Amino acid sequence: MADVIEAGAARDSAPPPSGPTSRRRATQRGNRATPYLFLAPYLVLFGVFGLAPILFGVWISLHQWDLQLPNRPFIGFDNYQDLFSSDSAIYGDWWSSVRATGIFTLFSVPLLVVIPLGLALLLNRSFPGRTFFRAAFFAPYVLGVAVIGLLWRFLLDANLGLVNLLLGAVGLPSDTPWVTDVPWAWVSLVGVTVWWTCGFNAVIYLAGLQDIPPELYEAAKVDGAGGWDRFRHVTIPGLRPVVLFVLTTTILASANVFGQALLITQGAPGEQTRTVVWRIVDEGLRDYDAGRAAAMSVFFALMLAVVSVVNFRLFRYRED
Amino acid sequence: MIQNEMSRRRLLGLGVGLGTAASLTLAGCGGGSSSPDKAGSAGNGGKDYTGPKVDLKLWNGFTGGDGDIFKALVQQFNSEHQNIAVSVVTYEWADYYSKLPGAVSSGNGPDIAVMHMDQLATFAARGTISELDDVAKNLELNEGDFAPTVWKGGLYNEKRFGIPLDMHPLGFYYNKAVMQKAGLDPNKPPATKDEYTAALTELKKSGVQGFWVSPFQFTGGMTFYSLLHQWGGKLFDDEVAKATFNSDPAVEACTWLVDLIKQGHSPANVGQDADYLAFKSGKNAFNWNGIWQINDLKKSPNVQWGVAPLPQIGSQPAAWANSHNFTIVKQRSANENKVSGAKVFINWLSQHSLDWAKGGQVPARKAVRDSAEFKALTEVNALAPELEYAAFPPAVPGLGEVVLTFYNAFNEAALNKKSPKQALDDGVAKANKQLEDNRKKYGN
Repeated sequence: MADVIEAGAARDSAPPPSGPTSRRRATQRGNRATPYLFLAPYLVLFGVFGLAPILFGVWISLHQWDLQLPNRPFIGFDNYQDLFSSDSAIYGDWWSSVRATGIFTLFSVPLLVVIPLGLALLLNRSFPGRTFFRAAFFAPYVLGVAVIGLLWRFLLDANLGLVNLLLGAVGLPSDTPWVTDVPWAWVSLVGVTVWWTCGFNAVIYLAGLQDIPPELYEAAKVDGAGGWDRFRHVTIPGLRPVVLFVLTTTILASANVFGQALLITQGAPGEQTRTVVWRIVDEGLRDYDAGRAAAMSVFFALMLAVVSVVNFRLFRYRED
Repeated sequence: MIQNEMSRRRLLGLGVGLGTAASLTLAGCGGGSSSPDKAGSAGNGGKDYTGPKVDLKLWNGFTGGDGDIFKALVQQFNSEHQNIAVSVVTYEWADYYSKLPGAVSSGNGPDIAVMHMDQLATFAARGTISELDDVAKNLELNEGDFAPTVWKGGLYNEKRFGIPLDMHPLGFYYNKAVMQKAGLDPNKPPATKDEYTAALTELKKSGVQGFWVSPFQFTGGMTFYSLLHQWGGKLFDDEVAKATFNSDPAVEACTWLVDLIKQGHSPANVGQDADYLAFKSGKNAFNWNGIWQINDLKKSPNVQWGVAPLPQIGSQPAAWANSHNFTIVKQRSANENKVSGAKVFINWLSQHSLDWAKGGQVPARKAVRDSAEFKALTEVNALAPELEYAAFPPAVPGLGEVVLTFYNAFNEAALNKKSPKQALDDGVAKANKQLEDNRKKYGN
């Protein structure tokens, strides 16, 4: 077990200085600007397109900011306060969108972490047609959200869709409101998203699996470990950094769900499947209240940051 | 704290109205004129333009079949006017309205913008578009040249901001083949409540759910919008201070529509566009849909269809409608030549709106509607009578989101999540908060 962690750690850190490398380093020690020059293009891009917009967004969130109204007065934390004050016009919509995003994330993340792992384990074995299956599972991911959204909206239509038709053909209920009623709408949104994106996570797992030294499996086998033991004691520890990566990116991606809901359920019933990002877009680009939209974004980003930190902490704790 | 915030915002709201006026003055002063709103009064109001050559950018959202017809019209205009060159940029309407404010404030906006009537007040209040009273005056356009509903819709605070191009109402589409199969006369679509329910009953006997009630804005929400007005209700009170779409007539209209689902004339849980797809494939007989579907149906030779004004289910005729209007966008630095060129274009296109009607819209100009050429456009012409009683939303800024609340309330009723009364009551409570917010923001 300790070996595995060391192997993982070694991959992450820089290669140990060998002879030629250290010599080169010595000759250039005098020029301190060099690393910064190499970093400069990235730093400029990051500054202009990353850092500046974030700071500007925080600044906007403290104002009543409308692109066209001439006055953009500073109002302190009023925009944030509106999110928590039950008599503001946006309070209900905002928390219903937080709830919608929460439900989606809660159900999609476990599936998107576990199913691709199983898929990757299967696809990592050697069997005829392996490349074909790898491609097949990854294929939906290359489609845009507009394509999968429209496609599934028609497939899942309660009265005209293929899904209910097929269910009816095998004697199951054929009038399930897949896109217009909860909980079915959640089943549809989560199901479609898993189908759409699980190939991506599977590819990441697959890369991780191929990084686990085969000697470890052989050693485990020699020690008499069965399939399950090898999975528990070799595969899982070997994949830990990969799982952390997949978990974190999947939570963030799920929390950003927007296109699927917009196209498949259109928020129905009522506004129950209207998600946070959708709400932010509406607030900023439909109602032109950039201040409120920015406040929502900042608050939402903080929520996600907390989740990610907790996530990392949990994993680090286990490593210790 | 809340109290404080309120008063500060109210103050702001008041300031906005004055501030907008002030900033217009500033913008207008760029050219050194003392006119309070120079951008609006440039040129001779669109009669002609003799200045140096100008390039004009025009934005619109005509992404369907109407887009090609529009571009052809612009080309014709360009070839007839040596000193005005109009270039057309087309976005999806939803993108269009979200892009426009940013583009305008960064100085990259268009010179001319096509806008829905229900957006005019918002953009006028925000100082995005110019007054066009002089265009109307110089071209001697008045209410008599248009349908009064359409003409008045271009006004905000008694001033004209849009020159109406067309109007697009909801129409009543009927599938002749399905009607015939059920023993109904395919050339006599039902026009009253009794005829309508009788027809639905006949259809049901032949195993057809005749009229699919969509829970979404397109088209169930617009259907309910029409019915609410047929029952004599209104979305808002006269001052647009309070939402009134939970009034008794509104609840009755909503109940009538939702009951069609309970009585089996419509399936439950109709998805977006499913009502129209079912209509085209002969699974239902009646569809209340926008005039824009005429062009789509014409492309489907297998469907035997007809279109008529909406049946009168309530106590008076009424139909949801909207209208495309031309507007002139305010620029950071006003250019008189561009503004007068833009007015010439708007006037020219308004006079050529017969060609536009071929794109599937009812022309706003009465003279064009009365012409024999327009009457030859049978299907579009069939919906022209609706112009007299078309129900447009009132000209109040920021109403877009409030109307969406109305549509969402209907969505909950049609999906049987709430009773019509409950859904509309909840919607009104939310809409009133939004109206309150808008008053603070726009100060009216």
